[in-house]
Amino acid sequence: MVRLNVNGAVREVEAEPDTPLLWVLREQVGLTGTKYGCGIAQCGACTVHLDGAAVRSCSLPLSALTAEQKIVTIEGLSAHADHPVQKAWAALDVPQCGFCQSGMIMASAALLAQNPHPSESEIRAEITNICRCGTYNRVLAGIQLAAEGGQGGRG
Amino acid sequence: MRFDMDIPAAPSPAPSPAHSPGRSAPVQASRRAFLAGAAAAAGGFSLGFHLPGPAAAAAPAVPEVNAWVVVRPDETVVIRIARSEMGQGTLTGLAQLAAEELGCDWARVTTEYPTPGQNLARGRVWGDFSTGGSRGIRESHEIVRKGGAAARMMLIEAAAQGWSVPASACRAEKGVITHAESGRTTTYGAVAERAATLAPPKEVVLKDPKDWTIAGQPLKRLDTAPKLDGSQVYGMDLTLPGMLNAAIRDCPVTGGTVKSFEAGAVAGMPGVKRVVQVGETGVAVIADTFWRAKTALDALPIVWDEGPNAEVSSASIAAVLREGLDAPEAYIGNKAGDVAGALQGADRVVEAVYSVPFQNHATMEPMNATARWTPERCEVWTPTQNGEAALAATAEAAGLSAAKCEVYKIHLGGGFGRRGATHDWVRQAVLIAREMPGTPVKLIWTREEDMTHGRYHPITQCRMRAALDAKGDLTGLHMRISGQSILAAIMPQRMVNGRDPVTFQGLNPSGPEATLGYTIPNILVDHAMRNPHIIPGFWRGVNMNPNAIYLECFMDELAHAAGQDPLAFRRKLMANHPKHRAVLDAVADRIGWSTKPPEGIARGIAQMMGFGSYVAAAAEVSVSPDGKLKIHRIVAATDPGYALNPQQIDAQIAGSFVYGLSAALHGACTVKDGRIEQTNFDSYPVMRLDEMPAVETIVMPSGGFWGGVGEPTIAVAAPAVLNAVFAATGKRVRNLPLANTDLRRA
Repeated sequence: MVRLNVNGAVREVEAEPDTPLLWVLREQVGLTGTKYGCGIAQCGACTVHLDGAAVRSCSLPLSALTAEQKIVTIEGLSAHADHPVQKAWAALDVPQCGFCQSGMIMASAALLAQNPHPSESEIRAEITNICRCGTYNRVLAGIQLAAEGGQGGRG
Repeated sequence: MRFDMDIPAAPSPAPSPAHSPGRSAPVQASRRAFLAGAAAAAGGFSLGFHLPGPAAAAAPAVPEVNAWVVVRPDETVVIRIARSEMGQGTLTGLAQLAAEELGCDWARVTTEYPTPGQNLARGRVWGDFSTGGSRGIRESHEIVRKGGAAARMMLIEAAAQGWSVPASACRAEKGVITHAESGRTTTYGAVAERAATLAPPKEVVLKDPKDWTIAGQPLKRLDTAPKLDGSQVYGMDLTLPGMLNAAIRDCPVTGGTVKSFEAGAVAGMPGVKRVVQVGETGVAVIADTFWRAKTALDALPIVWDEGPNAEVSSASIAAVLREGLDAPEAYIGNKAGDVAGALQGADRVVEAVYSVPFQNHATMEPMNATARWTPERCEVWTPTQNGEAALAATAEAAGLSAAKCEVYKIHLGGGFGRRGATHDWVRQAVLIAREMPGTPVKLIWTREEDMTHGRYHPITQCRMRAALDAKGDLTGLHMRISGQSILAAIMPQRMVNGRDPVTFQGLNPSGPEATLGYTIPNILVDHAMRNPHIIPGFWRGVNMNPNAIYLECFMDELAHAAGQDPLAFRRKLMANHPKHRAVLDAVADRIGWSTKPPEGIARGIAQMMGFGSYVAAAAEVSVSPDGKLKIHRIVAATDPGYALNPQQIDAQIAGSFVYGLSAALHGACTVKDGRIEQTNFDSYPVMRLDEMPAVETIVMPSGGFWGGVGEPTIAVAAPAVLNAVFAATGKRVRNLPLANTDLRRA
């Protein structure tokens, strides 16, 4: 039994130590908003926050985690989908199929927490998640809109 | 017939008055109620399960007004959507059409998917479920609009009967019915039950598009909210009580089979329940979780009989296609005049050979399906672009009649053509479920399985040969396509006397779908069919993509050979093609074609017609001395006839550049030892935000026809950029992807 702090609650999970956090979240904790897209930290669909930083949970084994580390998933980003990034996403209708968007939102929220007013080139360099529908320009505009709100550092 | 369950398409609590399908608490697997059996018994819709919530629990049974419309007493309007939502916005667009004719309050609209089994049982009342070829809206707008209009008439009639006045004296707006003379009003929700008992009208009159107030508007999508907080349940996220998970490995070489595997080697691994052979070609591990199934599968010794294709390579395929460039026999797609004579009498003959590789769809959500099989019934939950085709695949694999099967559609995590024509993953899931009768089993493909078992964009080469006269005008063109036919591999019944008409997409002499935009006095477009063993499929944009690269890059070559401006050279051939020319002119005008580009920037241009729409693009690029390409700006124009939702069209056009340019710049699936070499996004790179150019869209609907928007623009993305690359570097990229060409200055 391993203890994890997920979205502010301590969860006890039972899984082999090499099980990636992604699959622990999806199959043990029951939080399926974090997506599997590649399994090799390429696409970013599995992005969650670990102590506030964006990490790709598909490549983070359970054995590397402690109960003291705070894991935040898309389900725990905000209470009412009202994080500035989520609000900007809603305002600009960013998602298409939406499968990559949990990861996009989590990566964008972490970027703004670290850099509340990123330049366009910083956004382009930092957000490396893959979207096959092609929402990139709306993602870019969404981050800029969330940053304009001046609340980028929250959450 | 009554439908007692109103489960929204998005598996969340019943809709709130806002037009989003509502919000729910983070999905907890254990909280899901499994109602598939009950849903089937009640003729239920959608997923066959729902997430409990206060609103859902309180939702009363409401009879449908007709197959398309349910109005609840709380005035929520449920519009049934037969086509699939995979990100392209069809769900919202079709709802707009129905709501427009229905005359309801858009803020109260929600949607649900009818099931393919219900469609079968009701004489295909919802028509075709197929969602591909950019046909989702353009081929169903009429039936959907009529459904909405008929429901409006029935609701008004119900109100009129209640008031004992003629229906003609009443009218409806935003879900409120008014009898003008008496000033009495009622609502759709109040009369819906009565309306449901009325006979449908024999004739309906549709609104003139110029009177639209919901359709034609840049409305927001109906499916956004659950995609922002993780509550949207995709097929991969589905959990059913008692469900097990499966991981599969199919023979890496198409045509090969399973020789043997050592189930005993993994039987004791954590969570493993069964190791099963899937048909002749696959092996699956069934375990309590997917991760444990995958871990055991990775450890499972499997011996393959790789079959007759084990020696095939990209080089051997290329050699076969090259032979086809000169083959005497070829299927004709477009022929006029005497090309041989024109070439013989030419002042100058220009020739070039182009090629495009296999491409994988690489949907963000890998293939998956959940199946539950018993000797009496088989149910499948899966993201599919064609629920009816998925039902047929289910029935065949289940060994049951379609009437004893059901498919519950789930929003797709990307489709792009992969999830429509063939349902190989559904077949696998059902075969696996048959090994454990009564137990639902969810099959998920790894990305590696997805990359190596695609339905690839067909591989072709093309030799372009043109005759220019002394003035540099184009007098003859022979376009010889050599390579793969999609239909021959996956839909042979749609071939015409051995010929694959899809191969000629965008090059046809006439027709409403995909015609050539140039009048060339002597022309021959023909296809030497050469079919490698790698299975092709419809890949967003289909054959229009390579055909546009071949045609539009070569037109650029001809203009340069003739010493003419590429726009002016094209326009001389377009007098009979005003719609093609109009979109081309629009992008040229917006990009400033007649003016000199900024220092260091070069421009390219392209046009094409396909999926019923006219599209053009202009690109501005720069190439650094060390060969790095930067795409600064794209202008894209589309004439889709009618523009149902300009905002969603804009999103589709911008997305088209990601898909088209990913392929043009990076994408190639190559073959070695009979198998696809690329296994994940590290070896099959795709465009990311750092490469994404600004895209300006010009939507210019000219009316009178319905064209698609999800695909056509992809075709012009690559040639516009490649022509700009030539303008910047003098290097002509003829073998895709561009990553194979060294753009460094010599």
